[in-house]
Amino acid sequence: MTTTSTPIPLTTRKDWSSDQEVRWCPGCGDYSILAAIQMMMPDLGVRREKTVFVSGIGCASRFPYYMNTYGLHTIHGRAPAIATGLAVTRPDLDVWVICGDGDALSIGGNHTIHALRRNVNLNVLVFNNQIYGLTKGQYSPTSEEGKVTKSTPFGSIDHPFNPISLAIGAEATFVARTHDMDRAHMQETFKAAHEHRGASFVEVYQNCNVFNDGAFSGITAKDKRAEMLIQLHDGQPIRFGVDQERGVVQRTDGHLEIVDVADVGEEALLVHNAHADDPGLAFALSRLSSDVHSPTPVGVFRSIQREDYGTQMEIQVDEAKTARGDGDLDALFRSATSWTVG
Amino acid sequence: MTDVNAPQTEKIDRVVVRFAGDSGDGMQLTGDRFTTASALLGNDLATFPDYPAEIRAPAGTLGGVSAFQVHISDHEISTHGDSPNVLVAMNPAGLKANIDAMERGAVVIVNLDSFEERDLAKAGYEVSPLTDGSLSDFDVYEVPMTSITTEVCKEVGVKPRDAERSKNFFALGLVSWLFTRPVDLTLEWIGSKFKNPMVAEANTRAFRAGFDFGETAELFHVRYEVTAAPFKDGEYVNITGNTALAWGLITAAKRSGLELFLGSYPITPASDILHELSKRKEFGVRTFQAEDEIAGIGAALGASFGGSLGVTTTSGPGLDLKAEMIGLAVSLELPLIIVDVQRAGPSTGLPTKVEQSDLNLSLYGRHGESPVPVIAAKAPGECFDAAMEAARIAVTYRTPVILLSDAYLANGSEPWLIPDVSLLPSFSPDFADGPNAVDADGEPIFRPYLRDPSTLARPWAPPGLAGLEHRIGGLEKASGTGSVSYDGANHEQMTLERAARIKGIAKDYGPTEVDKVTDTATVCVVGWGSTHGAIDAGVERVRARGLEADHVHLTHLFPLPDDLGEILKGYDHVLVPELNMGQLVALLRSEYLIDAVALNKVRGVPFKAAEIEAAIIDQIGSN
Repeated sequence: MTTTSTPIPLTTRKDWSSDQEVRWCPGCGDYSILAAIQMMMPDLGVRREKTVFVSGIGCASRFPYYMNTYGLHTIHGRAPAIATGLAVTRPDLDVWVICGDGDALSIGGNHTIHALRRNVNLNVLVFNNQIYGLTKGQYSPTSEEGKVTKSTPFGSIDHPFNPISLAIGAEATFVARTHDMDRAHMQETFKAAHEHRGASFVEVYQNCNVFNDGAFSGITAKDKRAEMLIQLHDGQPIRFGVDQERGVVQRTDGHLEIVDVADVGEEALLVHNAHADDPGLAFALSRLSSDVHSPTPVGVFRSIQREDYGTQMEIQVDEAKTARGDGDLDALFRSATSWTVG
Repeated sequence: MTDVNAPQTEKIDRVVVRFAGDSGDGMQLTGDRFTTASALLGNDLATFPDYPAEIRAPAGTLGGVSAFQVHISDHEISTHGDSPNVLVAMNPAGLKANIDAMERGAVVIVNLDSFEERDLAKAGYEVSPLTDGSLSDFDVYEVPMTSITTEVCKEVGVKPRDAERSKNFFALGLVSWLFTRPVDLTLEWIGSKFKNPMVAEANTRAFRAGFDFGETAELFHVRYEVTAAPFKDGEYVNITGNTALAWGLITAAKRSGLELFLGSYPITPASDILHELSKRKEFGVRTFQAEDEIAGIGAALGASFGGSLGVTTTSGPGLDLKAEMIGLAVSLELPLIIVDVQRAGPSTGLPTKVEQSDLNLSLYGRHGESPVPVIAAKAPGECFDAAMEAARIAVTYRTPVILLSDAYLANGSEPWLIPDVSLLPSFSPDFADGPNAVDADGEPIFRPYLRDPSTLARPWAPPGLAGLEHRIGGLEKASGTGSVSYDGANHEQMTLERAARIKGIAKDYGPTEVDKVTDTATVCVVGWGSTHGAIDAGVERVRARGLEADHVHLTHLFPLPDDLGEILKGYDHVLVPELNMGQLVALLRSEYLIDAVALNKVRGVPFKAAEIEAAIIDQIGSN
């Protein structure tokens, strides 16, 4: 493909917005995520023509149509697989994968975990609204137990996934959480995901105001955030609350607990380390809240370096070319014992 | 000095040898080495590896029999042979599973050491077939292969159990003597193949012992010689269908300046294509063993979007799973090659056995109106050409193409004339290089679904070029602009555009070849895929009787050649042999309103020439 040698042009949100009319329901959380990304793109120092948004099926998956970049709207659940083929053959591209919770964790769960473990250079954003929106309101793999929906009139008996735990368990090298009510936090989180070479997994709590309105309002509403969102900052003690009066400590058995700082002293607080090789701490943090009604960590849980899949593939190809020379068909056809007639 | 007792060497024009034993006995390797030696002698040949789905079924049982059949001749041949002339049976099960297929009077060489009571019982023999007279129609040689092999390997230092494993080389040595195959080549190969010097030495000794046994045991009175076949001048290699297909893909990519990307999930009998391509990274080939069949084709489609030649390889169960992604590729109008190495179904079916029963799935196995070109390879070597043709169509017309091979082609082999690389076809990906339209204000814009007037193909614009940014997906697109459109009239227009584009591929074919001697035959045999050899041989047999039959063999199953209907309507009888229950025949009947007759076989093995011959005679007689 062509490589552009001209300086990266200065752009604005408008340059990154396509001419397509945005068709989400009025009030949908997807609007704020789209705005956050369109406004962030000019700051990333990347080219539109080198940027690709790939999606599956679902409300969230309409996303690529609204970005003035290259885009692929594909099949339910398959975006990570399709994006893998694109990313490993085109390491020059920035590939973003946009999925919903059903897309990434139900029908496409297999592709999600394998893209993560391979560390394919993708930014996977999962818009988690804990409901199926496009099919008009069935429970999803992140819906809470007991949830009453059209397909669970007696309440859901499915135990939900914790997407952060799943990603960490799938050997992801970058795992983060943000939410649709805080543009600055989203942008900061997406930027960190973009800077990370390899697979970045970001769960975005997103409100579906039609089928699951207010699912996260208990923790993401402006007046709740201080006491209900635990901001993770690498290298800093984990504390939260209106006056930072609460914090997280690790018990001797490894278990994490929320405490009053006054009770334990500042020194006792757990210091976040997103770069720890051992995923134990990140996993424990992901288990700190089991639902969205108690204090919940947001930010970067884990960010470690591991050679990405595409780079390793390139290295193997380059090494083969160096060792054997560029592929020669005449030699290939004689790689088995040949004989001559005449 | 001449030894008066030395066996005479008799020249024969062809022979079919079948090696049979336990799946752990190394029969595939033995057959393969015998084949290579014959190839280097200049024989024409065709092989048929026939092995069970289990890697190691219970030893000594019928279920565990692995066989390798090779037909060698001093003239051109097209099949692996109807009835073998020589059977090498390493155990009673190998004998029992194959004896019914043997020609009357065939040479049967058995490993006497494995005919103990226990071995016989495992194969279901109550009485030894060596003593009950049941083999009286055959020329049976009882050779204590295991005991001689362990004896000669004693001094090598390998354990008796390991020494016993060299007995297939004893068999290879004996048959090499019987058919005057060269020795040095095999010895050289043993030396290079087995890195452990003790194992190499044991195999060498076993091979020599087998060869010497033939020479000295005074058991055999005749040796046979099959001289070279009159090949066209050139350099040859013996090639399997899977290897030829892999090389065809590499060549297509190289000749078109594209990078080859394979997304695949292991499945019998297609995995060898993945293995072969994985070895060829110096060609820039990128292979990706995906988490499942869907991811394999998904990654391939993603790679195609990025400007690579995306390929996925599979067999029937995998093709089922890929259907939705093929539909997306139809909608995206991107090049993609789906290789289906067919095996017997439904479901897991007979994973290692041949069938041609995925034609309907290939033609019709998607929701919506989603035409996909389907082509089929007809011989192992021609898998190379079929792969090149699939790539040409996929790239030229921006379409997924299904390429059908099968278990027989995949593992079977034949001599392949190494082509002159400079004469191989090439084609251009012809990537979009700039805007192709102007908007209402006269500004240059890019319309991803604006079609080329001659091919009706849309521009292929991989990410990277400024000004060509576009979004495409599985939702229906507005003709030309590619924007999402829910308009019914537009959907009909796009459906017609997709259909016309695919139908137009037939313009490239050239006239359909008819294998005919005169213009007066009343019967035409129409085949596709791997039945080519058997049909060809069957038609020859009919002609040898002084009767007439023509043969048309289809490479392009969809779209069918434009002239096919007129050709077939010129015959009183159209006979369609298929290794399925009648899939092409139904298509021909509906397409051309002709009374085509089916000849079907679903026994997991290819047609015999005699079966085709009988069916043709039947048609001629039905006037």
